[in-house]
Amino acid sequence: MRGQPSLCDVLTPQSLQEALSLRVAHPEARPLAGGTDLMVPFAAGRLPDRLFLNLWGLEELRGITVSDGEVTCGALTLFREIAVHPLMQREFPNLVRSAKVTGALAIQSRGSLGGNIANGSPAADTPPSLLVYGSELQLTSLRGSRWVPYADFHTGYKRSLLAPDELITLIRLARLGDGGFHYFRKVGTRQAQAISKVSLAAWARTGNGQIQELRIALGSVAPMPIRARGAEKALLGRSVTNPPLDAALEALQADISPIDDLRSSAQFRRKVAGNLLADMLRGLVSA
Amino acid sequence: MATQKIPLELTVNGEARQALVHPMARLLDVIREDFGLTGTKEGCGEGECGACSVILDGSLVNACLVPAVQAQGSTLRTVEGLAGVDLSPLQEAFLHHGGAQCGFCTPGMLVAGTHLLETDAVQDEAKAREGLSGNLCRCTGYVKIVDALLAAREGRS
Repeated sequence: MRGQPSLCDVLTPQSLQEALSLRVAHPEARPLAGGTDLMVPFAAGRLPDRLFLNLWGLEELRGITVSDGEVTCGALTLFREIAVHPLMQREFPNLVRSAKVTGALAIQSRGSLGGNIANGSPAADTPPSLLVYGSELQLTSLRGSRWVPYADFHTGYKRSLLAPDELITLIRLARLGDGGFHYFRKVGTRQAQAISKVSLAAWARTGNGQIQELRIALGSVAPMPIRARGAEKALLGRSVTNPPLDAALEALQADISPIDDLRSSAQFRRKVAGNLLADMLRGLVSA
Repeated sequence: MATQKIPLELTVNGEARQALVHPMARLLDVIREDFGLTGTKEGCGEGECGACSVILDGSLVNACLVPAVQAQGSTLRTVEGLAGVDLSPLQEAFLHHGGAQCGFCTPGMLVAGTHLLETDAVQDEAKAREGLSGNLCRCTGYVKIVDALLAAREGRS
């Protein structure tokens, strides 16, 4: 069955305050940002929602703000805005790369960071980068605002800490300074437009020949985007030139829980996740 | 129970247009069925193929993924708006280089290509291919399309 616009209604608030009030008055209304995710199941008749909360016009949710210690993105910051932002390119290259491989230009011109997070797909392209940069989310309701580590946000497949009256309003990234190592690689069926089979992002800092700081995150290998904490632990404090690859690979296999689905198999995903980790470590040695 | 339609007002190819539509109607259907502009094609209907590419407030978008309500008050350009009295340089280049075969992807290719040219995003062949990567063509193998885009950029037809 095709989607049925004639059965659906849309609430279009003029301010964030009004949006939050509507969130309370109509908890059944599905928040709608750029539509690049939701319009696909909607048009195919696979979305049960009949009422939508249109956030697209809310200027309060737009824009990238840079201060000394951090960068703050409104939830409606578009992939395209991230991709062309000079400071983002310099300091958060993983996020820029993941924004650039989200769909193609027309998707990047419409899809938003907040939407990507709220949609909760384990295959979303930006979450692994957001995880390795230790980002935090501001969740806002009429009750007030709270900041939560993004690493805690997803609690299961398409489940999250977001309360029914809340909206994601800001995404905050602490600036890491220079000298770090950044790695992002997405494996999909083709370069553009593909949904990932596996993606891996990493950020590291080395010194005295050791891996002093390391964060690794993956997409499409668990019910949600995850940090690979076991693999991180196996590598932290160890030699950059001769890291314990086998131990790290073994720990990684315990960190992930991929499934067979229409895009790939669990077996392929386990193999490729290990290959990406090894590729990352090769990059770290030569960085 | 059917919901209320909304009066949608847009500037389409330079002309003020109105339609009474359901707010979650796809902009693609509004363009084709309400405005009668059938140059914009539906391919996949899920943002993969680019056949429905249009320029909305200066951004390249897939019209199949935009709910009508989000286009309220916008400025829209479709393939019908690319030519003036004469074909645009990009359209001429498509003719000259054989950039169209079955023709189904061509409106989307022309709209995306026009957007890339206008935003100076066709510095070289790699950039041209990256820019068009959201537009699928099953006939040409892309070479002639990319040739046409690069020729138009250099002011050749």
